[in-house]
Amino acid sequence: MGNHSEASSATAALTLRNVTKRFDGASGRVTALEDITLDVREGEFLAIVGPSGCGKSTLLSLLAGLEHTNVGEIKLGDQPVEAPGRDRLVMFQQDALFPWLDVLENVLFGLRLKPDLTEAERLESARYYLNLVGLGSKEKARPHELSGGMRQRVALARSLAPNPRVLLMDEPFSALDALTREQLYGDLQEIFTKRKKTIVLVTHNIREAVCLGDRVVLFSPNPGRVQQVFDVNLPRPRRLNDPALANLAAEVTTALSARLAR
Amino acid sequence: MASKLPRPVIPTLVALFVLGGWEWFVRSGRVSEVLFPAPSHVLRWFWESLLSGELLAATWVTMRRLIVGFAIGAALGVPLGALCARVRWVRDTLGVLALGLQTLPSVCWVPLALLWFGIREEAVLFVVVMGTLWAVVLAVQESVLNVPPLYLRAAQTMGSNGWHLWTRVIFPAALPGVLNGMKQGWAFAWRSLMAAEIFVVIVTGFGLGSLLNAGRELLRMDQVMGVMAVVMLVGLLADLVFFAPFERWLRRSRGLER
Repeated sequence: MGNHSEASSATAALTLRNVTKRFDGASGRVTALEDITLDVREGEFLAIVGPSGCGKSTLLSLLAGLEHTNVGEIKLGDQPVEAPGRDRLVMFQQDALFPWLDVLENVLFGLRLKPDLTEAERLESARYYLNLVGLGSKEKARPHELSGGMRQRVALARSLAPNPRVLLMDEPFSALDALTREQLYGDLQEIFTKRKKTIVLVTHNIREAVCLGDRVVLFSPNPGRVQQVFDVNLPRPRRLNDPALANLAAEVTTALSARLAR
Repeated sequence: MASKLPRPVIPTLVALFVLGGWEWFVRSGRVSEVLFPAPSHVLRWFWESLLSGELLAATWVTMRRLIVGFAIGAALGVPLGALCARVRWVRDTLGVLALGLQTLPSVCWVPLALLWFGIREEAVLFVVVMGTLWAVVLAVQESVLNVPPLYLRAAQTMGSNGWHLWTRVIFPAALPGVLNGMKQGWAFAWRSLMAAEIFVVIVTGFGLGSLLNAGRELLRMDQVMGVMAVVMLVGLLADLVFFAPFERWLRRSRGLER
């Protein structure tokens, strides 16, 4: 299970070359990301972890095409990433479900923007993913009637349903309670092994990164740079309190605090 | 507990008490019935003018003006407000103008409207449109600008943009604010219409405002008070029939209330 990333290492889904991103803030120019070079392999679960201010969310916005690089290049396959697109869907920190639509319609939103599908195929796909996240019975519910964890599950179904090439996750679990979060780690890993999706997860939670990622990329702040890359060769499904996982998480933490202490 | 009674009981009792006191006060001869008619006088006028058809005719004229004027104002206001929100320079010009004109009581438009359109239907409609339009423009602009960026980002990553983004995301997200603007526009339209109708006799139709003014000229205070009551009732009814159900549905379906 742990070796599929090596097998597919030849094909990269996303390539980043010397990516630099600056913002003009109130206190002058801020370099959020500096000289990031990174490959995300096809079918890989890449977790990017780092303290706040390391530019990891900015990186995700760049990958989504919601922001643009100042220097460097981002490619999906061999196409440069310039604008948002259905091939890279984003799951945000808040669920971003539309309150005027019910659960099913929310999941259908992205599917309806795919012109090559029939309505029946869209419905089938939406129901499939709602079932996959365990909310098949809630399709007529409104977002406000669901708990935070359920809403984030719907958001996951919504991002997966249009079958994007890459799923980008921007700290989607950080607003949830620990119990719900752990449950979702399980769900996500199950879906990941079933669907073999390329996923980029951004998080500040090291354990979460190690639990979910095939590789963990540690970012250091000011300006955001890649500090170190860790391979996680633990069998899936992984459990958060697995000692091997805890050891690796400790290793990442040590590397991070060594840099921060400097 | 003391509150075993159904809730409307106490308000009804209070209303009856106040009306009864008023009736007694007028009948006791302490004030002139001409200047301060009793509730029974107002009711009598109401009944007579209802039978003669005068009241319904006037109400119809006024309602038609209100609905047409409001519809024009809202139909212009929604796209203009959206444009203000979307395009910076429109916001800096038209948006600012709307802000200024909204503070202008629309009865101030009456002299110009009379000169431009004559004492005809168009003049009243113009005043009502001016009363509605700016409130709607501003409310739409505000509510579009306040659509959470997260919705836009989410929709854009799913491939929504342009017209689709406007009709499927921005407008539904802005709808509660737009509805509020409509309500406000409606209230302004109602006030401006009354002012216009009282201010000038429009030859093309005899509305509630004209009826009220006629009451003044005939020294029929029962008629004046009666029309005032009808104006209030129509305002309440409009809210109850048009806005309240829509608002309730909106709030309930989005979980803003139980």
